[in-house]
Amino acid sequence: MSEKQYMTIDGIPVEINGEKNILELCQKIGVKMPTFCYHSDLSIYGACRMCMVENKWGGIEAACSTPPRAGMEIKTNTERLRRYRKNILELLLANHCRDCTVCENNQKCKLQELAMRFNIEGVRFPNRAKSTKNDDTSSVCIVRDAGKCILCGDCVRVCNEIQNVGAIDFAHRGSKMVISTAFGKPLAESPCVGCGQCAAVCPTGAIVVKNNIDCVWEALDNPSVRTSVQIAPAVRVAIGKELKCQDGENVMGKIVAALRRMGFDEVYDTTLSADITVMEETAEFIERLENGGKLPLVTSCCPGWIQYAEKKHPEFLENISTCRSPMQMMGSLIKEQNKGAEKKMFHVAIMPCTAKKFEASRPEFMKDGQPDVDAVITTQELILMIKESGLVFDELEPEAVDMPFGAISGAGVIFGVTGGVTEAVLRRVSENKSRAGLLEAANAGQRGMEGIKEFYLPYGERQLHIAVVSGLGNAERVLLRASAGEHFDFIEIMACPGGCVNGGGQPYFSNAKEARSKGLYEVDRMQSIRRSQENPIVNSVYKKIIKDRAHELLHVHYTAKHED
Amino acid sequence: MKASFDFSIVDEILSSYKCSQQAIIAILQDIQEHYRYLPEEVFPYLAKKLGMSEVSIYSIATFYENFSLEPKGKYVIKICDGTACHVRRSIPILERIRSDLGLSESKKTTDDRIFTVETVSCLGACGLAPVLTVNDVVYPEMTPDKASALIAQLKEENANA
Repeated sequence: MSEKQYMTIDGIPVEINGEKNILELCQKIGVKMPTFCYHSDLSIYGACRMCMVENKWGGIEAACSTPPRAGMEIKTNTERLRRYRKNILELLLANHCRDCTVCENNQKCKLQELAMRFNIEGVRFPNRAKSTKNDDTSSVCIVRDAGKCILCGDCVRVCNEIQNVGAIDFAHRGSKMVISTAFGKPLAESPCVGCGQCAAVCPTGAIVVKNNIDCVWEALDNPSVRTSVQIAPAVRVAIGKELKCQDGENVMGKIVAALRRMGFDEVYDTTLSADITVMEETAEFIERLENGGKLPLVTSCCPGWIQYAEKKHPEFLENISTCRSPMQMMGSLIKEQNKGAEKKMFHVAIMPCTAKKFEASRPEFMKDGQPDVDAVITTQELILMIKESGLVFDELEPEAVDMPFGAISGAGVIFGVTGGVTEAVLRRVSENKSRAGLLEAANAGQRGMEGIKEFYLPYGERQLHIAVVSGLGNAERVLLRASAGEHFDFIEIMACPGGCVNGGGQPYFSNAKEARSKGLYEVDRMQSIRRSQENPIVNSVYKKIIKDRAHELLHVHYTAKHED
Repeated sequence: MKASFDFSIVDEILSSYKCSQQAIIAILQDIQEHYRYLPEEVFPYLAKKLGMSEVSIYSIATFYENFSLEPKGKYVIKICDGTACHVRRSIPILERIRSDLGLSESKKTTDDRIFTVETVSCLGACGLAPVLTVNDVVYPEMTPDKASALIAQLKEENANA
C-alpha cells in the first residue's frame, strides 16, 4: 500500500484521496468555495475564477482546475482573494440585468447569493447589461434572457456533454460573446428537446422554466369551468426546503390538501395511469416477444426522449412503445369521463418536467382542437402557486386523492426514478407473486444512479437483454450500439440524469436525485399493493371507462417530423 | 433552398480531410476560399457529415474574425490597421473608402456585392505602411486621395468587365 499523501489548506493538513481537484478537498475541511461554472457532473471549465486559491509563493490558482499534490500549501481566504472575488462579482453585475425583484429566479440566484456573501455594496462600473427584451420565448418549455447570462457555460456543457442535444453553444468572441443557437434561430426551431437541464444548472435567471401559472389561476377562478389536476410521482418528494420540507420527503397528502384549498374540484395521482401504462406496455412487450415484433421495445413515457428520437433518431420511432405517457393517459381518461358534461373540464398536470409542456401541446393529443391536458405546471411553479395562495404548507393536514382514480400501486410510484418503469414491468411479468418475488425484481440490476445499467433476464428459453438509461448522452451511446447490431430486448430511456426526480422542472440542488429516489422507494415500500395488476382501481378503470377502446384512449404513433 | 444547393464542392473538401472533426477549421477555410464566405446551407450538411452539432460549427465560425457568414463583394479591400499602419494614418484612408462606398463598420459589403471593406490587424508589410490589399494585391503607401482614385479605377474596371 502506498503511503498517505497530504496537502495543507488554510493551515489544516488534508489527506489526498484521489480527489480530482483542490475544490473537493476544500469541501472536506468544511470550506464552501464560491463557484459559478463548476458542476461535479460536467467537465471542468475554469472560467468564472471565483474559486481561486493562493499558494505559499503568492501564486493564484483556480481550485476547480488544479489537481491536489502532496505537500501543496494553499489558502482559501486572504485579503487578496477577497478583493479579486469582489472585483469579479462587480464586473459580472455590471453586465447583468439587476431587476432582481421581478426575476423568476429571485432568491434562487447564485449571483445574488454570492453578491450577498461577499458583501457587494456597490458596483463601480456602469451597467452595460444587454437588453432583456430579446427574450427567446419561442419554446413552450423554457425561456432565455441574455441580459441575465454570465457566460459560465453550464448550459452549453449540459446540453452538449450530458444530453448530446447540441442546441446551444457560445457564439462570437470577447465582449460580443453570447449563448446562441445556430444562426441565432429561435429555440423552438433548434434541436432543443425541452428537457430543461440547462435551466436546472443555470446559476442565474438567464434560462428559466416557462411559467404557465396564470392560465391555471384563471381556470380556478372561472365558475363555468370544472378543474381537475394530476400529480406526477416525482413531484411528491421534491417540494423540499422552500416550503419547509425535507429533501426527498413524501408530502403528497399536503400537496393534495393545498390543491383543494386552491380550488381544484378533483385531485388525482398520475401513479394510477402509470399503473395502466405498466399493463399496456407489458402486454405490448410480450406481444412483440412472442410474435417476432420489433425489438428492442423502447419506453415512451419521457417526452424529452421522444423529441430526441424524432429529431435525431427517426429510425428508432418504430421501436418506441405505442403507449401514451402516464400524463397523457390520465388526461385522455379524464376528458373521456367528462365528455358531454355540463361544465367544461380544465385539466392540469403537475410534473417534474419542462418537456411535458411540449407534450401536452402536441397535435397527437388534441381532440376536436382541445388538448387532453390543458396546462402543465412544474414542481417549481406549484411551489410558487402555494406561496402565492398564502397557505402555510408545513401545517396542512394531509388528504387523499379522489375516486374513481384513487388507489395506486408501488410500481407506479417508482416511475419517477430511473429504472422504475423497468422494475414495474418486471413485477408485472414475474411469476413469483410472493414478497421474495418483489425482492428479486428489485435486485435485477435496474436500481441506482448510474447512467447506463444493463442486465439479462431469463424468459422461457431466452435471456432478455435489458438496458436502463438516463441522460440523453447515455441514450445516444446505447442507441449507437443497437444500430451497430447489438441485440437489446427492452430499453428504458429517461432524458434527465437519474430520471424524473432530477427533471428540469424540479427545484435544483446538488444530490437531489439521490434523496428523492430514496423517498420514492420508501413510498413504494409503504404501499400494500406493489404490483400494477393488483391495483383494484386499474381493473375498474378498464371495465368502466376504457372497455374495448384501449387503442384509441391509451396509445399513440409518433412519426418523424424533421426528415430532410 | 436546400435542394438547390450543390454540395459537390463541400463533399470534395470533406473527403480531402477524411471527414475528420479535428479538421473543422481547415474545412471551413477551404469552403470559404471557394464561396468567399460560409453559406448557411453548409452548416447542417457539415454537422451531419462530421457528427458534430450545427451550433458548435456556428460557434467556431463566429469565433474567428476571418470567417464570414455573409457573402462578400467582388473586390475585397483589406485596410491594414496594425500598429505601423495605424500610426501612419490608416484610419483616414478607411474612413474615406467607407464614405466613397457608403459603408460602415456594421455594413461591410455594398448592396450590389461589388465591394467589401474590412480591416486587418497586420499584413506584415509594415515597411510599406499604410498599406491595403484588393483581392490580395498589395497597394503600398496609401493616402485617402490615392484610395479614392483606386476605388474609381476599380469601379470603371468593373463597369467595363
